[in-house]
Amino acid sequence: MASFRAPPRKGENFELAADLNSEYREKRKDAIKRVIANMTVQKDVSGLFPDVLKNMQTDDLEQKKLVYLYLMNYAKTQPELVILAVNTFVKDTDDPNPLVRALAIRTMGCLRAEKIIDYLCDPLQKCLRDENPYVRKTAALCVAKLYDLKPELVIENGFLETLREMIVDSNPMVVANTVAALTDIHNSSVAAGSTEEIFVITNNVLSKLLIALNESSEWGRVAILNALARYNTESDQESEHICERVVPQFQHANASVVLAAVKVIMIHMRNVQSENLTKQLVRKMAPPLVTLLSNPPEVQWVALRNINLLLQKRPDILTNEMRVFFCKYNDPLYVKVEKLDIMVRLAGESNVDALLSELKEYASEVDVDFVRRSIKAIGQAAIKIDEAAERCVNVLLELIGTRVSYVVQEAVVVMKDIFRKYPSTYEGVIPTLCANLDELDEPEAKASLIWIIGEYANKIDNADELLGIFVDTFIEESYPVQLQTLTAVVKLFLRKPDSSQGLVQQVLNTATKDCDSPDVRDRAYIYWRLLSTDPGAAKTVVLAHRPPISLPRTTVSPALLEELIGEVSSLASVYHKPAETFVGRGRIGADTLPKTTGDVGDDKQATQKALQTVVAGQQAENLLNFDDPMADDQQPLGIAATAALAATPAAANLLAGTSSNPLDDLVSIFGNVSMGSVPAAAPQQNGLGSFGGLSFGATPMAPSAASPPPPAQPQQAQDDLLGLF
Amino acid sequence: MNNLYIVAVTKCNANAALVFEYCYRFISIAKSYFGKVDEEAVKNNFVLIYELIDEIIDFGYPQNSEIDTLKTYITTESIMSTATAIEESSKITTQATGATSWRRADVKYKKNEAFVDVVETVNLSKGATGHTIRAEVDGHILMRAYLSGTPECKFGLNDKLVIDKNDHGGMGDAVELDDCRFHQCVRLDEFDSSRTISFIPPDGEFELMRYRSTRNVKLPLRVIPTVNEMGTTQVSYIVNVKADFNNKLSATNVVIRIPTPLNTTSVDCKVPSGKAKYVPAENMVVWKIPRIQGGAELTFSGLAQLTSTTTRQVWARPPIDVDFQVLMFTSSGLIVRFLKVFEKSNYNSIKWVRYLTKASGTYQIKF
Repeated sequence: MASFRAPPRKGENFELAADLNSEYREKRKDAIKRVIANMTVQKDVSGLFPDVLKNMQTDDLEQKKLVYLYLMNYAKTQPELVILAVNTFVKDTDDPNPLVRALAIRTMGCLRAEKIIDYLCDPLQKCLRDENPYVRKTAALCVAKLYDLKPELVIENGFLETLREMIVDSNPMVVANTVAALTDIHNSSVAAGSTEEIFVITNNVLSKLLIALNESSEWGRVAILNALARYNTESDQESEHICERVVPQFQHANASVVLAAVKVIMIHMRNVQSENLTKQLVRKMAPPLVTLLSNPPEVQWVALRNINLLLQKRPDILTNEMRVFFCKYNDPLYVKVEKLDIMVRLAGESNVDALLSELKEYASEVDVDFVRRSIKAIGQAAIKIDEAAERCVNVLLELIGTRVSYVVQEAVVVMKDIFRKYPSTYEGVIPTLCANLDELDEPEAKASLIWIIGEYANKIDNADELLGIFVDTFIEESYPVQLQTLTAVVKLFLRKPDSSQGLVQQVLNTATKDCDSPDVRDRAYIYWRLLSTDPGAAKTVVLAHRPPISLPRTTVSPALLEELIGEVSSLASVYHKPAETFVGRGRIGADTLPKTTGDVGDDKQATQKALQTVVAGQQAENLLNFDDPMADDQQPLGIAATAALAATPAAANLLAGTSSNPLDDLVSIFGNVSMGSVPAAAPQQNGLGSFGGLSFGATPMAPSAASPPPPAQPQQAQDDLLGLF
Repeated sequence: MNNLYIVAVTKCNANAALVFEYCYRFISIAKSYFGKVDEEAVKNNFVLIYELIDEIIDFGYPQNSEIDTLKTYITTESIMSTATAIEESSKITTQATGATSWRRADVKYKKNEAFVDVVETVNLSKGATGHTIRAEVDGHILMRAYLSGTPECKFGLNDKLVIDKNDHGGMGDAVELDDCRFHQCVRLDEFDSSRTISFIPPDGEFELMRYRSTRNVKLPLRVIPTVNEMGTTQVSYIVNVKADFNNKLSATNVVIRIPTPLNTTSVDCKVPSGKAKYVPAENMVVWKIPRIQGGAELTFSGLAQLTSTTTRQVWARPPIDVDFQVLMFTSSGLIVRFLKVFEKSNYNSIKWVRYLTKASGTYQIKF
């Protein structure tokens, strides 16, 4: 294909132009191939437009396809020239060969040039009623393409009506494509703010779809199932009927068909009254979900993210199936991480032993990130299952015994959570933890250990010595460690005032004078004032009883969960976020969005605007997360998942306009992001917490300090959740 | 794969499962067209790739992705749109969109044959105390159909086959499948109502069925390791392997990988059969046995010498991994009882069935 001669002075394009005009057919075809090759590697060959166009009229299908390909690529930049091609296109739609007719109509739809669109309508009209199903199915999709470019034309020409009629076509693929096209048009018109129902699924259509379902190709089934998911049933019997007809699809080899079927069942199951049937459906759903795990890793990952959602909705779906989620040695990291999460969800008293021995194995693997998450999972199991807590603690102690630095550090962090859930139960392990003090170099681990020391100051004989180490290096530590040290020392002082007077003086001095973090300084001032004004009040504040933490059963709010269940297998369900947060502007563009809310009232519009800001912020964050780790790690998917973990439940509320207080929701969106991944630290509305964030003003603090916090600063309250205690 | 990335982009809330399934389908189509998928193949076939993509996806909606059908009208030679081609094209297009898009109507063979391969992969994870953490069979039934016309096939498995284990509890020796999935040619509604597997097969090779079984899994090789760390300088190994199946059969290509500590300097191995060698790069002893007769028992004994190290990290003891193949044996006990072919012309067809149980990288024993 490549030429051996050196290119002439006038460049490769000159040579190509000559060849395109050659009298020999083979030479011309070869030249077109080279043009396409150049186009593929992003060389500019748009100058050859007229020369390429000359080769359009040919009997050679391959050559025709190549020319079409070229046209699709350059139609947008050279619309005037494309007009020249229209004639051939229109002629081709009359060709006796159905492949040629379909090819012409398919390509015309892909030419994104306004000028050519007007010429598309007549041939399209004809092709929609073509006697050949292949042409019809291609034309059906062409309507969706046209709608994407110029919706008016579709409506003016009555293509929508034609499509609606085509649902009853005798050919399954035509039905499937028609359904896909109608759904596509429906969605973009809804997104554009239209209230008109473009694609109404009537009773009659429903029965047609159910019949076509079994005859369709795998991809067609997905399209039909998606349409079935949108159908609003008229009666419970109808819902049951749909469920019964869809269940056989669970046995399909294509994972997307299985997931689409799961979606339909999950949606229509809401209306199924018979408890028996519901049970049966849930039972039938389990094996196919498990089988999804024998797919390639990417598909597995999609399945796992969805199983995670389904479990939040129906925790009973996969009881007894925990073992299948055990990680295989060679699973990619992003699959392992999802499996871990699901394992913890499925953990119960009966299987926790198996889980723990499995997690212990993981903790000895090579990948640091995975090891950390495994240890975290042990902590989550301990918090979730009271009966197993002791066994979990024993496993953690064993792990600390390995003295591998990151294992020990993570175990310490996890132990802190266990102490919060079961106060004063496992004091026996404190000496072991303290013995590892020198091993810790990460702020979170350090802060956790300091918190434990402060909390149990009266049980640890040398607490003052241990804390003294941190007080001496106070300035070099990171802020979280400083905050924690400060609090721990104050706790120590309140419990053992005699031995630690000097220490508390030293730390307050350092914190107020030499520290450059306003948070640390402010907190030191508060303590100082509290201690000097009323030590009794200080005691009630600092040593107050803390509400126990628990493992949240869901990671998203119930409203969002419902929405995501209806989106099973889509990107939204994979990210665990509503589509608006990552799509932003679909095919319509962001500027049209505010228009849609104009009539609903100012209040809602403001909400929308606020949400958009959040969305924009999140997108920026997403991009960052996406770009950065890609360089050292070739698994963009796993990374995206981690980024997606910081889910924002409130966003859905906000969007749906259901929230009573928009401010609260916004705050919790931001709060969540900053909280990072401390799942055990359940948000608490303890009034005392907010003192950490309260700036110390000129007004003297009243001794009865335990009054509710000013509402203006709830966000910081969350930030400092563990801080003050 | 092969340093190529298959990338799909979207600007809407796309169906993620469909996208990934499609990408994998694209790879398999590409493989069947050019043999392998790598940079070289892409460069040499870019015109064909454009053509294929154009055909299998339109406006983001996957269309016909059946390799057999695609090959009828997307070929490596160029097609002329002549009068004869027109008739041909209408046939193709009707088939490509029809209810049996996977099969051409005019298939003819002198000898009508069908080959069925039952291939089972055993996933085993055995704990250090000898208990089974997980034993699962991942089964595939592959079929190569060389049958004329439009044959209607019926497929029968074991008489005592329980597919939904909750339907009938505890049938003793019955073969239980946790779940099964079928090629799109199988009529799912019929399977759902009467448990019969009936279909019109595509021409040539395809995967008819995939299944999973976790009950009554027969493990063909029993591996019992005894590993002792003697002080900090030596590790002793005794690994006993027993072939737990009929002595007329045999396991072939057996590879047993026994991990050694990272600071191993040498391993002294003694084996009754096959070859065992310490591979320092992978920190393991690889013991290869070309063939083990059913019922046979082999024992590996070895002693690893360690250098003294300063790191305090204990040895993680990764699992022993076993690869093998056993012909004419199924771990799940699944048997093909019959394959009936009905066709208008009523020809006789010859059917062949083969069984294979294997493991590669999934048969793990912890110690």
